[in-house]
Amino acid sequence: MDLGSINPDLLVAALLLASTPILLSAMGELVVEKSGVLNLGVEGMMIVGAVAGFIAAVESGSPALGFLAAAAAAAALALLFGVLTQVLLSNQVATGLGLTLFGLGISSLMGQGYVGIRPPASPRLELPVLSDLPILGPVLFSQHALVYLSLALVVGVWWYLRSTRSGLVLRAVGESHEAAHALGYSVLGTRLAAIAFGGALAGLGGACLSLVIVPQWTEGMTAGRGWIALAIVVFGSWRAWRVLLGAYLFGGVSVLQLNLQAAGIAIPVELLSMSPYLITILVLVIISSDKRRAQANAPNSLGRTFHASG
Amino acid sequence: MAGRVSTPLLEVQGLRKAYPGVVANDDVSFSARRGEVHALLGENGAGKSTLVKTVYGLLRPDDGRMQLDGRVYAPASPHDARQAGVAMVFQHFSLFEALDVAENVALGMEVPPPMRELATRIRDVSETYGLPLDPNRLVGTLSAGERQRVEIIRCLLQDPQVLIMDEPTSVLTPQEVAILFETLKRLRAEGKLILYISHKLEEIRALCDWATILRHGKVTGSCDPRQKSARELAETMVGSELALPAARTQDPGEVALSIAGLTAASGAAFGTELKDISLEVRRGEILGIGGVAGNGQDELLAAFSGESRSAPDSILLGDIPIGALGPNERRALGVLAAPEERLGHATAPDMSLIENAALSGRRRMGMVSRGFVNWGKARAHAERVIEQFDVRVPAAGSVARSLSGGNLQKFVIGREILQRPDVLVVNQPTWGLDAAAAAAIRQSLLDLAGQGAAVIVISQDLDELMEISTRFSALNEGRLSKPRDTAGLTLEEIGLMLGGAHDLEIAQGASRPDRAVGPGESAP
Repeated sequence: MDLGSINPDLLVAALLLASTPILLSAMGELVVEKSGVLNLGVEGMMIVGAVAGFIAAVESGSPALGFLAAAAAAAALALLFGVLTQVLLSNQVATGLGLTLFGLGISSLMGQGYVGIRPPASPRLELPVLSDLPILGPVLFSQHALVYLSLALVVGVWWYLRSTRSGLVLRAVGESHEAAHALGYSVLGTRLAAIAFGGALAGLGGACLSLVIVPQWTEGMTAGRGWIALAIVVFGSWRAWRVLLGAYLFGGVSVLQLNLQAAGIAIPVELLSMSPYLITILVLVIISSDKRRAQANAPNSLGRTFHASG
Repeated sequence: MAGRVSTPLLEVQGLRKAYPGVVANDDVSFSARRGEVHALLGENGAGKSTLVKTVYGLLRPDDGRMQLDGRVYAPASPHDARQAGVAMVFQHFSLFEALDVAENVALGMEVPPPMRELATRIRDVSETYGLPLDPNRLVGTLSAGERQRVEIIRCLLQDPQVLIMDEPTSVLTPQEVAILFETLKRLRAEGKLILYISHKLEEIRALCDWATILRHGKVTGSCDPRQKSARELAETMVGSELALPAARTQDPGEVALSIAGLTAASGAAFGTELKDISLEVRRGEILGIGGVAGNGQDELLAAFSGESRSAPDSILLGDIPIGALGPNERRALGVLAAPEERLGHATAPDMSLIENAALSGRRRMGMVSRGFVNWGKARAHAERVIEQFDVRVPAAGSVARSLSGGNLQKFVIGREILQRPDVLVVNQPTWGLDAAAAAAIRQSLLDLAGQGAAVIVISQDLDELMEISTRFSALNEGRLSKPRDTAGLTLEEIGLMLGGAHDLEIAQGASRPDRAVGPGESAP
């Protein structure tokens, strides 16, 4: 066993990157659920984003185009869910599960010719001076642009929900769709926009995986991260900051346990592999253990079908 | 008011709105003026709500025209209506519990100012109209009366010409009603038009300048309600004589159920904790428990029914401790309950009446043997309820969701009564029902007590409790007042028992000049 082989700087730097796909998807799902919609298709949207972004980046040679394509493809998939559940009033749980299965299937079909190819490298954001700082440089100022984007999104979503008019309407729609409708707000429009936004972020998260972290295309490469994102939103009791904490905790423990495995620590590999899931859920359950407060923050109309009857 | 001579502010002509199977509004015409409280009077289902929803732009009429201030008025949405100066306070509050007062107000405004400025304006308006309110509180923590203030202030901040109020007093204490009337009179003096929906006749006679009466979607009359007796108004509204319940039984028997020092937390996010509840109820009597919504009614019913459990000795049935028993064991012993929410709590919405009858009656009616349900018995029970309680439904196999509120409530109450309970607890037995159905349900509760059962009626309808209960008690913030004989109680005493009006600015005496007797006054 050689714990000395673990470099703390690189560990933290890796943690930030490894957490980004989950953080992006979870922020998207947070907005969707705050509008009162339960989309269980996060996993499916992530993997479609991963493959669509990968194909677009390989074919065009531009990672930026890849990210755009990933967001667009996953948003389109999300809107399919939106039309089914919001316009045709299908069951949200069943449709969301179907979306995940559909996404996993179509992504492996689309990605058949792309296994084993390396995508164009997406460069890290090198900031003059800052990136050269000792320790802080590699940790904070030499990350991929998506890492900064995801952090900006946490602040943005928190501010949007708390302080803007349209964020207030979104929360109102999620809280009581009948009352929002009675006041003349468009429940359907608000929810479709939220669903598309959630899809786009899940797609970006998927592409972050296939273009930056791994980077290559393999079937089923999201490996349950979409489900973790969903769980983090619920256990983080729909608060942006707790979702950030949950995502980084999961990413952190994932990276740490890989390092521990490499260092040959005397804990069974199975236990180490399950540790990120266990620890994340445990910590979030404990911090949101005040059931009544968590309940008060939960969108009241979550998962309920709305039909305007006049 | 100086007659009805000035030009109308709002004019409605030949309005028609049909839904599949029912014409909600049929050729409805009326006109209303500035500085007028205009009543829209009618039973449930008479088409009042459809009419005001059309005025507020929530519904598009199939036919007919409206004019506001001499101009054609055809709002496509509530946004249009608000821009034209029409505001509405809803019957079932259109508020968001998890948002604070200022956020709720902002949602009802077209162009809300920044939050800090809005909070100041809320304070200003609430002081001007005597409706104290803290802009930063979560709406989920407010009482029903305070919630209504949020809605009213939301409307007033937009300086409307027309204010629509849909059954505003149904959830208020008498004192809160007095405050509301003061506010409405002040608005009337400012030249606003108030469209006031209600089926409470005394209220309308006390407040309104003109009334348009609706029945089955048609206008059946219009009059100055102050010139008519309540009886005349009722006849125009109902079209038939009201059946009043028979007199109550007078000699209560032994104590059937007693509660001592029961304290219980609520399971719900914005629920009310029950604090030190003690009561006893005797055979043959109806104990009425009044109180404004959200003061612990749901929690109290759960404590009776066994949905929430307590220490064994805190609830005694005769001398059997039942506090720790669940609903099924209590049902077996004869303690039955009918909760307020008919769909989803009292009945499973998508199950048939037969299945719903079996769900509550399987123990007492012997419908289960060796783990199998005897559906024949369940059907017979359901059919007996349907027949004896005049539940209008095509067949016992219809799902609960397909019944109207009144019919489903008759089924829910009948289902329990036919199980011959020793103690029956009901919450809001006639909420939202028309007069005929409500009278039938009250009569059946009286009959049950007459047969020697102890009945507890939790209700927000004071008239109802005065009519049927032998003793009266009130819930206020989870505390139960000492029960008193209903006979001889005055409205003021009841108001004090209900409590809660002490934070209001306008003194009670000022609002009821007809009842207040000054200390130095003497009869002429």
